Amino acid sequence: MWRYMLKRLALSVVTIWFIATATFFGMHAVPGDPLTSDKATSAKIRANLEAKYGLDKPLTTQYLVFLRNLSQGDLGISFTQENRRVNDIIREHFPVSATLGILAVVFAGLGGVLWGALTALYRNRLPDTIIMFLVILGISVPSFVIAAIGQLSLVNLNNLAGTSILPVGGWGTVQHMILPAMVLGLSTMAYLTRLMRSSMLEIVNSDYIRTANAKGLPSTQVFSRHQLPNAVLPVVTVLGPAIASITTGGFVVEIVFAIPGLGRYFVQAVQQLDYTVIMGTTVFFGAFLVFMVIVVDLFYGWIDPRVRLD
Amino acid sequence: MSIAEPHSESSSNGHSSAASALSSAALRQLIIYFGAAIAGCTLLMFALHYLASAFSSGSTTAIAVDPENNSISIYLKEEPPSLNSTITTDSVSGMVLNHVMEGLLRMSVDDKLEAGIAERWEVTPTHATFWLRDNALWSDGQPITAADFIFSWTTALRPETASEYAFLLYSIKNGRAVNEGTMPAEALGVSAPDPHTLVVELEQPMAFFDKTVVFPTFFPIREDFYNATNGRFGADAHELLFSGPFKLTSWVHGSSLLFEKNPNYWDKDRIKLDQINVAYITQDANAAINFFKDGKVAFTTLGAENLIEAQRQGWPIKRNQDGTLFFLEFNHRDERLTRNWNLRRAMQLVLDMDELVYKVTKLPGFKPGVSIFPEWLMGTNAPLREEYPPPQLRLDTAKAREHLALAKEELGLDEWPPIVLLTSDSPVSNIQSEWVQEALKSKLGLTIKIDKQIFKQRLAKMTAGEFDILLAGWGPDYNDPLTFGDLFASWNLNNRGRYMSDENDRLVREAQGSTDTKTRMDAFGKIQHVLFDDVALLPMFERGVTYAVHPQLKGLKRRVIGADTDYTNAYIDTSAGGQ
Repeated sequence: MWRYMLKRLALSVVTIWFIATATFFGMHAVPGDPLTSDKATSAKIRANLEAKYGLDKPLTTQYLVFLRNLSQGDLGISFTQENRRVNDIIREHFPVSATLGILAVVFAGLGGVLWGALTALYRNRLPDTIIMFLVILGISVPSFVIAAIGQLSLVNLNNLAGTSILPVGGWGTVQHMILPAMVLGLSTMAYLTRLMRSSMLEIVNSDYIRTANAKGLPSTQVFSRHQLPNAVLPVVTVLGPAIASITTGGFVVEIVFAIPGLGRYFVQAVQQLDYTVIMGTTVFFGAFLVFMVIVVDLFYGWIDPRVRLD
Repeated sequence: MSIAEPHSESSSNGHSSAASALSSAALRQLIIYFGAAIAGCTLLMFALHYLASAFSSGSTTAIAVDPENNSISIYLKEEPPSLNSTITTDSVSGMVLNHVMEGLLRMSVDDKLEAGIAERWEVTPTHATFWLRDNALWSDGQPITAADFIFSWTTALRPETASEYAFLLYSIKNGRAVNEGTMPAEALGVSAPDPHTLVVELEQPMAFFDKTVVFPTFFPIREDFYNATNGRFGADAHELLFSGPFKLTSWVHGSSLLFEKNPNYWDKDRIKLDQINVAYITQDANAAINFFKDGKVAFTTLGAENLIEAQRQGWPIKRNQDGTLFFLEFNHRDERLTRNWNLRRAMQLVLDMDELVYKVTKLPGFKPGVSIFPEWLMGTNAPLREEYPPPQLRLDTAKAREHLALAKEELGLDEWPPIVLLTSDSPVSNIQSEWVQEALKSKLGLTIKIDKQIFKQRLAKMTAGEFDILLAGWGPDYNDPLTFGDLFASWNLNNRGRYMSDENDRLVREAQGSTDTKTRMDAFGKIQHVLFDDVALLPMFERGVTYAVHPQLKGLKRRVIGADTDYTNAYIDTSAGGQ
């Protein structure tokens, strides 16, 4: 177990180094740089800027400086956000994205299991058809559409009620979280519903369920002790990557609902070629993803004793 | 049917009976589980909220117009990138800075230059002198003195500050030399004979020097405060000191800003609002409209697609020019086809900008471009374009084809190769470049290759000259026709197509160097014709903005230069009735 953990950790450091290096050189290969703006600057002003940000040094030197700073946990200062340290940007904005993301995943996970189980119970009957239709919608409609529709519906609802039932945007209280989390988790929920449904149907016909029924176990217990835990396994597998992608991929939802999350900085940095923010957020998100995959592997071993970690 | 049929029948029968026995019990289980899930979610939300608030603070409470607290709520389209006035270049930071800072002079409600921290001023061919008010105070109560201006100007010019807009200070004697590091900062031609007099020595005569000092780069900074921030000046609300109508009392990055009335501002009686709450930061136009509709913000920009909705809601709709001119810029470099005058002339004769603005883009507030100088620029006594009417263009496809044939001959071509049109990836420029493509194809048979690039990549190609035609835009830096007039001077770095004309250069020098308004305006009037005759560019349109304002909010001002949107003179009028 511990040897396995060590091996995984060592491997993940290599993975993160690889992500960082590939991003670094890829980013510098893109035409343009963070210092260009709409209005042209004279050669001298340009040189002043380059000296200030260390872009006047050769690329390999910049890379080595970056690696040295990274090993000390210093991600540098943003090019576009004057005077803001990338560490600060991550520290201030990741908790927001994480809160939203966790809530969305919980919402997606619980919802997915619930609807999946329901559709399996009512297979080929009306509830199944309705839910599966909605699931297709949830998977295929992009999140910016869902976010916009969700927000507009809430505005109309608030106008109808004549009072603010839920805030239509912003951040800070529990009420602010509800709608964005639902929107953010919707497509994952739809995906999990499908997964849950098929795995439930597979298990209904399995030997141990028949045995459990045959020996006269109450059907409630068959369902909650045998069927549900076994059907949930595939859901857990995809949950880890889902947490990472939801927590990091909230860009659209963050823009529409004016939420100060990290996803916004992640995407805008690429548009503006803000080198330090691109590197900082990519390495951070990369590390986060790698970490989540490890966590899921451990969790999997706990939920399914047949899986041995060694 | 087949043999498999009875088997599958029986199996499905057996299964369904088992399932129905299962399902009612299972359903009960699921309902219990669902209830637990909701309870769990609620708990989790509170837990997460508690955890998250340990890391970041500030919650959003927004009321569009709040007469009780004499406050309004608004949104910004992005986080202000830099509130350090020596470095700032963008419009959002400019909007914030113009609410919390005041320079020597400011723009009045009717866009005239008026006294700010300086109560009077004088510009001669060699000097500019500003006499500062005795009662002008910083937000911490200390007096604002001439030394604060000298400090901020020299700071902006120091090479290590790396200010992009340092060139605005090149009009001051030795400004360029200081910025290029060939002279020490002390050599800058500014002095303070006494704490309330600022004397500026000019590099060369500059009639409109006073108009440039309203720009943020010229705002004062107090040296002891600047040094106390340890290089973090402007990074947070408490790393700033204010000379203007409001104080920035809170700045939650990416989330909100709060302006509160500055009790130490010398002209505080002019300011009616106690608070301006920037409650949201979002670049999503529809989200802003939703906030407006929900009574959360007092102002929203409207797109063409929102106009019907806005009218149905009965919102007061207003429009304004934002001062920016968009144009097609030709590449005049030797290796490019567009260096040929006949080709450019042919294009000029077939592109109908009225059609583009009124029939294609149909954006409210937009106007067809007719000159390098937008409509709002002032001449001697009246708008420049009234005093010097722009050249009239008569579209003529037949004549255009003649020019095109000549161009083909001059260039020695058998067939026209594709002409590259470099544009940005925004939806509006998509429509525009496709319109250009279609018009030149159908009327002249030219093939236009649209090279669509995202922001930074487009800039790189613009600078390298990798285009034949460029869809370009230009917004003013200061309120003088020269901000547009010198765009096509051969030495201007923003002249991306390397247009070169001795006549144009001579006129630009004349407009720069003269202190006589009439001489300068005459020069601009001629520049307009030279650029038209040479077809250096094709003006496409002047951009407009359409917006809605809360009915109880009055006195809001849209500006071409400086604070846009400007709430400094805004007030709440409760008699106007709710939304």
